[in-house]
Amino acid sequence: MITSARLGIGLLLLGLWQVGSVTGVLSPLFFGRPERIAAVIGDWFGTGDIWPHLFVTISETLMAFASGTVAGVLAGLWLGLSPRTQAVLDPYIKAANAMPRVILAPIFAMWFGLGMASKVALGFTLVFFIVFFNVLQGVREVSPTVLNATRMLGASRKQLLRHVYLPAALSWVFSSLHVSVGMAFVGAVIAEYLGSARGVGYLILQAEGVFDVDTVFAGIVVLTGCALVLDAGVSVAENRLLVWQPRADTPRDT
Amino acid sequence: MTAALALTDVTVSFGGGRGLAYTAVSDTTLHVAEGEFLSVVGPTGCGKSTLLNLAAGLLAPTQGQVEVLGTALRGINRRAGYLFQSDSLMPWRSARDNVAAGPEFAGQSRAAAREAADAWLDRVGLRGHGAKYPHQMSGGMRKRAQLAQTLVLDPPILLMDEPFSALDVQTRLMMENELLALWQGATPRKSVLFITHDLEEAISLSDRVVVLSAGPATRPIAEFPIDLPRPRDVAEIRMTPRFQELQERIWSVLRDEVLKAYQAWRAA
Repeated sequence: MITSARLGIGLLLLGLWQVGSVTGVLSPLFFGRPERIAAVIGDWFGTGDIWPHLFVTISETLMAFASGTVAGVLAGLWLGLSPRTQAVLDPYIKAANAMPRVILAPIFAMWFGLGMASKVALGFTLVFFIVFFNVLQGVREVSPTVLNATRMLGASRKQLLRHVYLPAALSWVFSSLHVSVGMAFVGAVIAEYLGSARGVGYLILQAEGVFDVDTVFAGIVVLTGCALVLDAGVSVAENRLLVWQPRADTPRDT
Repeated sequence: MTAALALTDVTVSFGGGRGLAYTAVSDTTLHVAEGEFLSVVGPTGCGKSTLLNLAAGLLAPTQGQVEVLGTALRGINRRAGYLFQSDSLMPWRSARDNVAAGPEFAGQSRAAAREAADAWLDRVGLRGHGAKYPHQMSGGMRKRAQLAQTLVLDPPILLMDEPFSALDVQTRLMMENELLALWQGATPRKSVLFITHDLEEAISLSDRVVVLSAGPATRPIAEFPIDLPRPRDVAEIRMTPRFQELQERIWSVLRDEVLKAYQAWRAA
């Protein structure tokens, strides 16, 4: 029932779009035509031309995600455990987070060139702060009872870090995984769009330059599909890593 | 004989220096003999937990000394196990890995630690529940896991902070009996400092009951040896005339403190 309703809405919208563009209500120059967009996508995957671009975009995403997460966890643990340093750095952190970081893309392009590095850098700045603030929160909200109990069990400071602070912080990181992976992807695509020689963002930029709106839409569709696949991957990872967290549907013994 | 745990003339004040110091515990001397089960009762909010944190080394006294088995305590008390009132299990570890944590921290191999954990899960009645995470267990099961987590390290001293207060009455009686059985079955017996606001629980478990005054500046005001025969059943012992006699005598002292605490709370 729900599935058919979902399918119905999609087909209806596509149908309206198709009819509108054929009859001229929607100018094909600005809105493209669904069947041409499908043809472009089919061509990309048929010839395999899309793969190098997709590969670049996804590599950038994953690198930005990994580097941003690692740096965010380390910085979050460090500042979370030294409140004084955090108090000193607080205004700078707030300023850096408040800055619209997308605008750093041109600077990164100058610093790191038009290759993958500048895209990873932009994604990094987006992911870093999400992870950082979550880890900071996680460290602050470690239960004092669990902390004291673990100390009473003989845990050294290093063991506390490894067995209490890190898992507590990581649970917050995992809960923000969807957002941070999404941000890494946004960072990569935006940076490509603002200047690059490869990637799906670059394809869109090229097509836009020659007013090829069908290809622009095709790029958007491919990116959307890609984001959905990444998101599904995150869900799988989440289910495996967060088995210990309570959920509405987990049974509980009484 | 040296006391297992000796708090001598301890005072604990918080937030000193600005004239707003709050004295939680004042001039308190409390000795737990080796192998003794000592309960401390007092009105709610009278600084009972502060005494335990002193004994655990989680808190240093403003004045006075804490000695453990004849040695002055510095830092965490490594000879003591602490059973907390609230949930203290690591939520990201299964029951078994929670119990294995202590041995692991002490440097045992993972396999050896898990083996010890399984043996203790059996002893507290959690056989077959080792793979469960804390959120999948009931309050009673979590308490049992906490007990196993503490006892697997075989500490000579046990510090217990109203450990069963969150449980329903039946589970509570059962846990109290199991605690007594574990305590009586161990040689040498562990020295226990048990904090509670439940007088019946204190009498039925202990060798001696100390009554604390209402806060702030709590101190012990009376102590009563409990000469009830062991082994005991905590439910049945409550029916005996001697128990009721003891309960009346201790309550006559405790009642005044509870009233004071209540009036202070109403005035606040």
